[in-house]
Amino acid sequence: MAGDSYETHEYDVVVVGAGGAGLRAGIEAHDKGCKTAIICKSLLGKAHTVMAEGGIAAAMGNVWPEDNWKVHFRDTMRGGKLLNNWRMAQIHAQQAPDRVLELEEWGALFDRTDEGLILQRDFGGHRYARLAHVGDRTGLEMIRTLQQRAVSLGIDVFMECNVQHLLMNDGRVSGAIGYWRESGELIVFNCKAVVLATGGSGKCWQVTSNSWEYSGDGMGMAMEVGADLIDMEKVQFHPTGMVWPPSVRGILVTEGVRGDGGTLLNSEGERFMFNYIPEFFKAETADNETEADAWYQDKKNNRRTPDLLPRDEVARAINSEVKAGRGTEHGGVYLDIANRRDADYIMRRLPSMYHQFKELADVDITKEAMEVGPTCHYIMGGVRVDADTSATAVPGLYAAGEVAGGLHGANRLGGNSLSDLLVFGRIAGESAADYALGAAAATAPAPAEVDRLTTLMLEPFTDRGGENPYAIHGDLQRTMHNLVGIIRTESEMLKAMEEIAVYKERAARVKVEGGRRFNPGWHLALDLKNLLAVAEAATLSALECKESRGGHTRDDYPDPDPRFGSVNVVTRKHNGTVSVSLEPLPEMPEELRKIVEEQV
Amino acid sequence: MAEAAVAGNGAEAKMRVWRGDASGGEFRDYTVPLEEGMVVLDVIHSIQAMHAGDLAVRWNCKAGKCGSCSAEVNGKPRLMCMTRMNTFEPGETITVAPIQTFPLVRDLVTDVSYNYEKAKTIPPFKPKPKEADGTRRMYQEDIDRVQEFHKCIECYLCQDVCHVIRDHNENKPSFAGPRFFVRVASLEMHPLDTDDRLEFLRNEAGLGFCNITKCCTEVCPEHIKITDNSIIPMKERVVTRFYDPIARLLGALGGKKS
Ligand SMILES: Cc1cc2nc3c(=O)[nH]c(=O)nc-3n(C[C@H](O)[C@H](O)[C@H](O)COP(=O)(O)OP(=O)(O)OC[C@H]3O[C@@H](n4cnc5c(N)ncnc54)[C@H](O)[C@@H]3O)c2cc1C
Ligand code: SF4
Ligand code: SF4
Ligand code: FES
Repeated sequence: MAGDSYETHEYDVVVVGAGGAGLRAGIEAHDKGCKTAIICKSLLGKAHTVMAEGGIAAAMGNVWPEDNWKVHFRDTMRGGKLLNNWRMAQIHAQQAPDRVLELEEWGALFDRTDEGLILQRDFGGHRYARLAHVGDRTGLEMIRTLQQRAVSLGIDVFMECNVQHLLMNDGRVSGAIGYWRESGELIVFNCKAVVLATGGSGKCWQVTSNSWEYSGDGMGMAMEVGADLIDMEKVQFHPTGMVWPPSVRGILVTEGVRGDGGTLLNSEGERFMFNYIPEFFKAETADNETEADAWYQDKKNNRRTPDLLPRDEVARAINSEVKAGRGTEHGGVYLDIANRRDADYIMRRLPSMYHQFKELADVDITKEAMEVGPTCHYIMGGVRVDADTSATAVPGLYAAGEVAGGLHGANRLGGNSLSDLLVFGRIAGESAADYALGAAAATAPAPAEVDRLTTLMLEPFTDRGGENPYAIHGDLQRTMHNLVGIIRTESEMLKAMEEIAVYKERAARVKVEGGRRFNPGWHLALDLKNLLAVAEAATLSALECKESRGGHTRDDYPDPDPRFGSVNVVTRKHNGTVSVSLEPLPEMPEELRKIVEEQV
Repeated sequence: MAEAAVAGNGAEAKMRVWRGDASGGEFRDYTVPLEEGMVVLDVIHSIQAMHAGDLAVRWNCKAGKCGSCSAEVNGKPRLMCMTRMNTFEPGETITVAPIQTFPLVRDLVTDVSYNYEKAKTIPPFKPKPKEADGTRRMYQEDIDRVQEFHKCIECYLCQDVCHVIRDHNENKPSFAGPRFFVRVASLEMHPLDTDDRLEFLRNEAGLGFCNITKCCTEVCPEHIKITDNSIIPMKERVVTRFYDPIARLLGALGGKKS
């Protein structure tokens, strides 16, 4: 409780998160001469980035020399329904190739073209085969490479250390406080700058590809100290999660299956995606099976298969097929690669998918179709940052990776996250370092503030009414799944707000059993704070956004509305009250607008 | 889907789970409802939610990709998320214990910092200069064998079963373990790398302790042929370098990497 002892560490830059974004930020801050710490709540190397399968999007032009940053920029903006921060999209497309090549300098081994260069694969929404990859375990290659680099540079890593609150002094960030998972002891960091690289918040939803780590900590903490969140209603439901058996529901099936030739079928055996080509993508999408199949080999003379439309389109289409009674036995659709590619090819390109289905579902994907359906996968929204510096509205606070918003607009293209991590991780690390090198020495937090936060952290051990944190979390996930899921409507979301209010009240009465040493019940009790804050922000934003676009679909407002086509939905917390407002997007320069609008 | 009949039919999982920390503990019995398709990790999560909120366990991906959930299930080193409940006899009591080679933190969680310390000792990747045209050309056939090693998810199950440290704690300071032999082999066989880690393997890493029992290969969930493809070739290189007089002479004359 108040007065509980804690250890203190001094750094120039503290990076919270050791996924792709955090590791890349830490490496950059270190290289710039800053005393840097990287903190993560799992063991090093286990962050979400390790699970990424399909690849890293970067217009290197190794397979299609026609590819360049402008095409990548255009695809990203169009995939995001033009709600993207144009400057972020430009920087991302321009710098991604260098960031991928840099991984090679650090030892990564991507699959190769016949010329010995990095091979690139097709993915949804990308005009050319653009994803650098290693089979279907690209994230593993990326995180190991970065992790080994960080270790070889001697950067201090605090693992299984959970950051709970940011500390402020004189209106700027001065550090962070949290606890060691192993011992339950408290720990304080005094520093000049903090980079948030904590990833997303998919654990608010019931069916998700995300792990326990995705409780939205970075978003919750940033909002608490006055940073803005944007577009929190834009949630990506990946079209292909496993649906059967129940215990694996939500686990991801990489888009690489479709990139490598797999196709979606309904229970009648129809390739239904041809019925769901939106006007916006008509000109560039094949409208018959022959052209769609020919596109894999000849992209110049054929248009892209509708199986690879952006994820929001495919997820909604699957949803409609199932609702119309054309779903599979377990409420999904079929994803078939067995009848389209030979077993050798499948085993070489998709080894971990083969393994996953074989071991978890008794399905041999070289012989039978998979059953798939939408799963909560990624949040496009997040902490608002400046495009050129990754700075938030709070001095000394930076954010990069999935925790940040803006780059992906209303919908993220596959492969654009891993590249995002590298590009903006580096920028955030660089800016934080520049800031820290010019800033005054870190100040220790006021003892009263530490006492206040310590009390909050240890409260769940006191007897306050016996609520079970697992039960509250399960209820919240069901609420978000049922009422703020893939298709939304006002009355349901208002109901969700009422339920969230109840969960907040219940969360204040949580009592955990056991002691402080590695106690997951306590950890979850503390995570509820951020889970509830993000669920509330997402629901409020979704209520405010009275239209349908990308990762936000409303039954009561089924079409895009120009009113919402050039604004961010901004959530902020002031004096304890959360408010939502619409604020204009930065205006895109004419020459970039031309690139985006150009017909192909 | 014949199994569908099982779901929701009142089937139960009977589990015996280690509870305790370094100061002591015991196996405790738990019974939870069994659902279709469950893996051991799901059952552990049910126990947490229903009976023991403080049951300590590590996990992340639930799909065999992150290597967090290693444990000994009925005495066998396994990933809990990839161990299906239907691989056991109906009604059988399943025992779940923490991995034995590392110090216990609590319940199913062990202190694996040994591995992170070993990782720090490995001489890092040191690439040769780029090609004249500024690219890095490598061909798929030249990297296939290293890509096998890069599949490692750092579950440390191979470390857990290796008798050199499992039965002899005192060997830990002088033995890196199979995971790190794989790692060193991946660097040594990397087409761009120019460093030389044979001396390191022979001395600090303690490659000589390994007597090729292949226990590590048997448990690797990524099916990496740890012994055949990494340890044995590394041993051969060490022998050639340090114990073969002609190679030694060539080494002295400046020939470096085999
Ligand atoms: C199954 C799957 C497959 C995917 N495939 C692809 C793909 O092929 N291509 C692609 O581009 N994208 C893919 N994605 C998305 C992409 O992997 C993620 O968006 C990305 O890895 C997020 O990286 P990050 O660095 O922002 O966060 P993460 O990698 O999730 O890292 C977050 C870090 O923050 C730490 N952290 C969080 N909260 C705290 C706290 N309170 N205190 C201390 N530390 C904290 C965590 O421990 C972790 O280290 C996939 C995602 C999933 C789930
Ligand atoms: S083969 Fe060598 S490294 Fe592997 S378990 Fe046996 S002794 Fe250990
Ligand atoms: S080599 Fe295999 S068993 Fe050993 S840590 Fe890696 S994945 Fe696990
Ligand atoms: S939870 Fe990731 S390997 Fe089991």
